Amino acid sequence: MAPNIRSLYSEKVMEHFKNPRNVGEIENPDGTGHVGNPVCGDIMELYIRVNDGVITDAKFKTFGCGAAIATSSMVTEMVKGKTIEEALEISNHAVAEALDGLPPIKMHCSVLAEEALKSAIDDYLNNSQGMDLESE
Amino acid sequence: MKRVYLDYAATTPTHPDVVTAMLPYLNDTFGNPSSIHSFGQEAKGAIEEARETIAALIGAKNDEIVFTSGGTEADNFAIKGVAYANEHRGNHIITNSIEHHAVIEPLKFLERRGFKVTYLPVDQYGMVDPQGVRKAVSEKTILISVMHANNEIGTIEPIAEIGRIAKEMGVYFHTDAAQTIGHIPIKVNELGVDLLAISAHKLYGPKGVGALYVRKGTKVAPFMHGGEQERRRRASTENVPGIVGFGKAMQIAQNEMGTEAERLTLLRGGLIEGLLERIDDIQLNGHPRKRLPNNVNVSVQFVEGESMLLNLDMEGIAASTGSACSSSSLEPSHVLLALGLPHEQAHGSLRFTLGRETTEEEIERVLEVLPPIVAKLRSMSPLLKSRV
Ligand code: FES
Repeated sequence: MAPNIRSLYSEKVMEHFKNPRNVGEIENPDGTGHVGNPVCGDIMELYIRVNDGVITDAKFKTFGCGAAIATSSMVTEMVKGKTIEEALEISNHAVAEALDGLPPIKMHCSVLAEEALKSAIDDYLNNSQGMDLESE
Repeated sequence: MKRVYLDYAATTPTHPDVVTAMLPYLNDTFGNPSSIHSFGQEAKGAIEEARETIAALIGAKNDEIVFTSGGTEADNFAIKGVAYANEHRGNHIITNSIEHHAVIEPLKFLERRGFKVTYLPVDQYGMVDPQGVRKAVSEKTILISVMHANNEIGTIEPIAEIGRIAKEMGVYFHTDAAQTIGHIPIKVNELGVDLLAISAHKLYGPKGVGALYVRKGTKVAPFMHGGEQERRRRASTENVPGIVGFGKAMQIAQNEMGTEAERLTLLRGGLIEGLLERIDDIQLNGHPRKRLPNNVNVSVQFVEGESMLLNLDMEGIAASTGSACSSSSLEPSHVLLALGLPHEQAHGSLRFTLGRETTEEEIERVLEVLPPIVAKLRSMSPLLKSRV
């Protein structure tokens, strides 16, 4: 088939866009991130479940473009099974790379995904203050 | 899968008869219209014939038509041309907030050089108020520019009324008619315009050619300086095949306009009705009646336009959106914002523009395919939940 708007995105991005993983909310989550994109005005929510310092589940809701949906989906996949410390290391570039890259103009959508994750982790850390994590 | 093209406002496929009419001028009849030998004169004759056709169809004189490289050039020519040629009389220009970038950007350029521009607001349907125009006119006003119909929402502006006011006040009046030419009737005297910009590729003609109608006596600085083409108003060797194709496209459009507008209005109605019926929390953007026969523009709440477009494209359906995410500036459509739509609703806008090849089956296809797409995206949307 001839090129079209789908060829803006890698196959991986399109695959996650078509079949996004982990859509939805977690009931009584251990951490919630709610961020808005200052660039284009989109919104992402990310929920995490944490057991013994390990993220065991993650879900998202996103109002945004194809890249925003695909990066949300990818970041929820990437954090599962990671410790909080490991999850904090995940950068927007790592998410974009895992999706075989994003067009330059869409990199800001992956920033949103990173921020949603950070914000969910912050929320978790606030909720569990002093409980099971020493501060640095 | 048969693809469904519903983006005719972006561009139209070239009519086969237009291609046939152009071919000789890409082959044997290649002369330069400025040459006095027979090769040149054949080309010259073809251009003049196209000029005559186009002039007649809009009720203009032949020498009031200047061929350009397209609608954008014609708008730039009109605006900068009037500004530069009338600077000594005044530096004020009146327009409105929903013009095409081909009008807004040259105006911004002039603003940076000391001109003053009034951007009149529009109402919720995108209508410019003629009385607002009248009130904005001052002694310094040299030009009024209001588009004939809006390219995004299809609203048809009260051009004839504004034309009367412009004439009364003695101010030049320009209209961008790129969306209406060949689709609804245009007579320059009925509209009362001094300058009218048109483009070929929106009416099944080739890309890269347009024209500016310049009423006799209107003071306009030349757009390009060089040779003597177009009575010294627009230098550069003419795009002969393009101009011939433009003439042919205009002729075909004229013959088919009445029946085609009627047919498209019916299809448009069916699409709007179907969408409002089958999708909740959706609204029509633009005027319910005073709109282009082929334009449908809706805002679907809680979802973003680019993700709808991607899903539609996967189903072979081509449409467009005013979402910030799909523009390279990452700004939502200035037109939708000017209607007073909140950011999220501009985000969720979808435009379908119909044309010659559009059938009832295609409309039905959209009506089948879109509701599940919207449902899927809404299930992912954080906006929906926060409302409940
Ligand atoms: S979310 Fe708006 S461009 Fe990606």
